[in-house]
Amino acid sequence: MINLTINGLHVAVEKGTTLLEAARFLGFPIPTLCHMEGLSPYGACRLCMVEIGEAPRAKLVSSCTYPAEEGLKVRTTSSRVLRARRMILELLLASCPQSKTIQDLASAHGIRRQRFRQEYEDCILCGLCVRICEEQMMAKAIGFRSRGENRSIGTPFDAKSDVCRLCGACMYVCPACQLRCTYNEPEKAICGGCANLTPPCIEKEQFDDMMCYMDPCVACEIKKD
Amino acid sequence: MKQDTAILNRDNLYAEEEIDSKDILRILEKYARSRGGLVAILEEIQSKYGYLPETALRTVSERTGRSLVDIYGVAAFYRFFSLKPKGKHLACVCLGTACHVRGAQEVVEEFEQQLGITAGQTTEDREFTLETVNCLGACALGPVVVIDGHYFSKVERSKVKQLLDQGRKGLDKLDIEKDERIFPVDVRCPHCNQSFKDETFIIDGYPSLKANVAMDHKQGWIRMSSLYGSYNVCTEHEIPEDMIVSFICPHCDSEIPGTSTCSECEAPMMPMPVDGGGRIKICTRRGCKNRMLDLV
Repeated sequence: MINLTINGLHVAVEKGTTLLEAARFLGFPIPTLCHMEGLSPYGACRLCMVEIGEAPRAKLVSSCTYPAEEGLKVRTTSSRVLRARRMILELLLASCPQSKTIQDLASAHGIRRQRFRQEYEDCILCGLCVRICEEQMMAKAIGFRSRGENRSIGTPFDAKSDVCRLCGACMYVCPACQLRCTYNEPEKAICGGCANLTPPCIEKEQFDDMMCYMDPCVACEIKKD
Repeated sequence: MKQDTAILNRDNLYAEEEIDSKDILRILEKYARSRGGLVAILEEIQSKYGYLPETALRTVSERTGRSLVDIYGVAAFYRFFSLKPKGKHLACVCLGTACHVRGAQEVVEEFEQQLGITAGQTTEDREFTLETVNCLGACALGPVVVIDGHYFSKVERSKVKQLLDQGRKGLDKLDIEKDERIFPVDVRCPHCNQSFKDETFIIDGYPSLKANVAMDHKQGWIRMSSLYGSYNVCTEHEIPEDMIVSFICPHCDSEIPGTSTCSECEAPMMPMPVDGGGRIKICTRRGCKNRMLDLV
């Protein structure tokens, strides 16, 4: 067992436990975007930042990838941590404003304005979809491509993958695109419910402007009535 | 008769449909024993085709058992690898800080105008690929342009057209007149001391050196460039790569014996006296470029 202090509380955790797991076990909330139980930690979103060590040598580390160390002093909600988290959220919001998950997190952290140039990306490169495809679905259909500002996630050569089973897990875990309905790209569509209704629930032209999510699906809502 | 050159052959431009999976399998065979070496495999494929064709990557994925995603990820990550076909010649303009302040941006624009493409693209006739690079480490010489591995310093807008013309002609052709490392040698037979020089057959602008070669019950002449530093040869029969041949004097018909072994491929090295004193040893293996000149 490893003894450490989290927010002044002495705890003992098993060897190999990450700071995130330890803190969550104790009930300290740490927001995350790229973390998911059952997938290898990746440390991409940096939201799980905590402060370790003592001033003046205290430093910020991502708790999801940092293993518990003997005698470590961890602060999960120090002002420095909150400041860093707010900055990260503000930046995420600037790149992916449509994401409900990011909007909710930003709101919970009291972000009322956003100082950066607005972009409309639909990916924060958190790698959740890549990891679930490889580690849980055993498919490895998508991956990271290129690097730097050109880094993107997708299939090799942007071609339809031979190993993809259209399971939809990548869309299920995504914090940015969240089960975006793919009706406008029929060859990629997973459900196609709305397209199969007569008359179709929405026209294609309108669809492009609508923020349609698969859960709840408009088509499903219509069916219920 | 086969005219053979030691010039880097960049004329091998393959279209997607010309790719032979046998070639790729041969490359994979070499690396079959080690699990690593993906970058080495991709490097070899790229050196063969000039880029990484999709079919080649799919074959690599099937054969090595690695997922296509990983292979594509590596290929897309490194700037050295290209997924698009490249041109015969590569023009690379340095845009580092030093080159930039001396007007490298203008040089790039001139290249773009002359070629009708933007940086990173290849001309339609697949003659030129234009690239920019962030520093070549030759900042004092800026703006620096590299064409097919040849560096040009203090390039100005007005020089671009000339550089492109030079590139089109082929910079890899040896400039015999100007290169001091290249000079003609006259070689004699160690037995009868008669010169191999053949005034009737010119290679690289100088009389060639004629000898006979024997291999596999076949005999024929070989004419080698007399320039030390040039590997251009003409042969009567095609000699397969890596084959060791024995040389026979065309005057006294005696075989010239190998006296030492090549430090690179362990084939016999054949010594011959050089006019003006000293001797030259050449490796008898086809394709091996090991030569030693001892001037007295």
